Amino acid sequence: MSMLEEIPVSNNGVPEPEIAQASKPVSRMRLVLSRLRSTPRFWVGVIGLGAVILWAAFGLIPNQWNYTDLDVYSMGSSPNSVHWFGTSDIGEDIYAQTIVGLRKSLVIGLLVGPIAAIIAGIVGAVAGYLGGWWDRTIIWFIDLLLVLPSLFLFILLSPIFKSLSWVALIFLLAGFGWMIMARVIRAQTMSLRERDFIKAARFMGVDTWTIIRRHVLPNVSSLLIIDATLGVGGAILSETTLSFFGFGIQAPDVSLGTLLASGQGAAVTRPWLFIFPAAILVFTVLSASLVGDALRDAVDPTSGVNRD
Amino acid sequence: MIGFIVKRFINYAILSAIATLSAYVLASMILNPAGRYLGRNPRPSDATINTILDGLGVNPNTPVIERLWNWAVNLVTQGSLGETIHNTSVISEMAARAGTSLRLLILGTIIAAVFGVILGVWGAVRQYKFSDQAISYGSFAILATPSFVLGILLMIAATALNGFLGVQLISFTGEYTAGLDGGLWVHFWDRAAHLLLPTISLALMGAAGYSRYQRSAMLDVLSADYIRTARSKGRTRGSALVRHGVRVALIPMSTYFAYSFATVLAGAAVTELVFSWHGMGEFLFQAIQQSDINAFTGAVLFNAILVLIAGTLSDVVYAALDPRVRV
Repeated sequence: MSMLEEIPVSNNGVPEPEIAQASKPVSRMRLVLSRLRSTPRFWVGVIGLGAVILWAAFGLIPNQWNYTDLDVYSMGSSPNSVHWFGTSDIGEDIYAQTIVGLRKSLVIGLLVGPIAAIIAGIVGAVAGYLGGWWDRTIIWFIDLLLVLPSLFLFILLSPIFKSLSWVALIFLLAGFGWMIMARVIRAQTMSLRERDFIKAARFMGVDTWTIIRRHVLPNVSSLLIIDATLGVGGAILSETTLSFFGFGIQAPDVSLGTLLASGQGAAVTRPWLFIFPAAILVFTVLSASLVGDALRDAVDPTSGVNRD
Repeated sequence: MIGFIVKRFINYAILSAIATLSAYVLASMILNPAGRYLGRNPRPSDATINTILDGLGVNPNTPVIERLWNWAVNLVTQGSLGETIHNTSVISEMAARAGTSLRLLILGTIIAAVFGVILGVWGAVRQYKFSDQAISYGSFAILATPSFVLGILLMIAATALNGFLGVQLISFTGEYTAGLDGGLWVHFWDRAAHLLLPTISLALMGAAGYSRYQRSAMLDVLSADYIRTARSKGRTRGSALVRHGVRVALIPMSTYFAYSFATVLAGAAVTELVFSWHGMGEFLFQAIQQSDINAFTGAVLFNAILVLIAGTLSDVVYAALDPRVRV
C-alpha cells in the first residue's frame, strides 16, 4: 500500500503545467546569452567599455585644444572651463593628451588580447593534441616563462623594440601573454582528443592541422573568447607599466603610461596631472575585466562564482 | 610525503637553473656592454675596451656558450656571480640590497595571503550579500589598477593625511630618513613608518587576487556533501566551515600561490621603484639600463631562488592539507 501512496495523484480540474515545452533543448549560445543578460556585472562592464571607446573616438571634437598645442598663457593651471583637465607646466592640455593616450592604450589592449588568445589556442591545442615530446617541450617553455616574470623580459627586450615603432610593442606583449591560457587549452584538448568525433576524423585520415582547426579550436572557442576579453585589461596594464618606466611607448607617441610618468612628479602638488589619466586607465581596465569575468561565469557555471 | 616534496623541489630547481641560464644567454644577445665605453670622449682604444670586457667576462667577441660556461664554472667553484660593470662584486651588491626587498616581500606576501583568504571565505559564505558585492567590486578595482598607480595614489592620500593632521605621520620616500639621530627604537619606528605604504600597496594587490580565487574555491566546497555531513554530526556551522570547508578550499590556493609568485615579484619590483627603495627591483632595472649582463643574471637568479622557495613552501602546505599526497 505504501508503494501506491507514493505515486503522485494527478489533481483534476487544475490545468497541467506546460512541462512539455521546456523539454525542447536550449542551444548553448542562447543559454550563455541569457545568463549574460541577467548578470549586472556584464552590463556595467559593457556599458563602461563602450563609453570609453566612444569617448576615445569622439572626445576630442568638443575640445578646442589638440594634444600637441601649448597654451603659453595658462601653464600649470588647475581644471577650468577652458582646460577641462588642467594643463601641464608647459601648457599642454591634459584632456587632449588623455584622449590621445587612451586611444593608443586601447588599440594596444584590443589587439593584444585577441592575438595572445589565438597564440594560446594554437600552442595549447598542438601540445595537447600531439602529446609526446612536443607537449613536454611546450610545457617546459611555458613553465620557464612562469618562473621568470614577463615584466623583466619585456624590459630586457625593450632596447630592440624601442628602435621599432610602437606597433612592435603589440607583438611583444602578445608574445608573452598566452602562457597560462595555453595550459588550460592543453588540458581541455587532451580530453577532447579521446572523444569519438575526433577519433573518427583521425581514422578517416584527416590530417592533424585540419583536425585542430576544424574540431579542436571550435570546441575551446568559448575559453579563447574569455581569454581574449580578460587579456585586453592585462595588456593595457603591462603597456602602461612599461611606458611608465620608459621601456614602452617612446617620446613623440603618447600613451596613458607616458602621460602618468610625466604627471608622476607633480602627483602630490598638482594632482590633476595624475588623477585624471589614472582614473580613466583604471575605469577602462575594470570595464574590460568585468566583461571577461561575466563571460567566464556564463560559459562555465561550475566555476563556482555564479552558483546560487 | 617527503618523496613528493623532494620531487617537486628538484623540478623547481631545474626550472630555476634553466631560467637563469637562458636569462644569461638572452641578456648577452641583447645588451651591449661596449656601448658604455664607445660614447666616451676621448674614446678608449678597442684594445682597452676588449681588456675591460674580458675582465668582466662579457666580451661580445667571445662565443656566448664559452662565456656561459665560464660564468657557471665560477658560480659552482668560487660561488661568485662575477663583477658588475662598476667593478664591484655582484654578490656583495645583492647582499646589501636583498634585505630591503625581502622585508617588503615577506611582510607583503604574508599580509596579502592572510587577508586574501579571510576576505575570500567571507565573500563566499555571504554570497551576493552586500559585503560580498563590496569585496568583489573592490578587488576588481584594485586588480584593474597598475601597481605604480596604486603606490602613487597611496602617496597622495598620505600627503593629504599628513597635511590634515599637521604632522609628518607617514613618511614614504626611501627606506629610512637619512641622517636621523636617536637610539635603536627611533630608527626602528622610522623604518616601520617608511615600510607602511609600500607594504600596504603590495598587500592590497596580492589580497585582491587571492580573495577572488579563494572565493570561487570556497564556493565549490560549500555545496559539497561532506559539509552537510559535518553539520549533521552536530558540528556548528562555523566549525564545519573552518575544519572541513576552508581546509579543502586552501588546497587549490597553494598551487595558485606558487604560480602567482612571479607576478608578486614583478609587482614588488615596481613598488620599490615607485617608493624609491634601493632594493633588488632597482638593481634589476639599473642593470638593464646600464647593459650590465652579470648584474642582470644575478638579479634573475635571486628571483628564481625566491620562486623556488615559494613553490616548495606551497607544496609543503599542499601536502600538509591534502592527506592523499601523504600516502
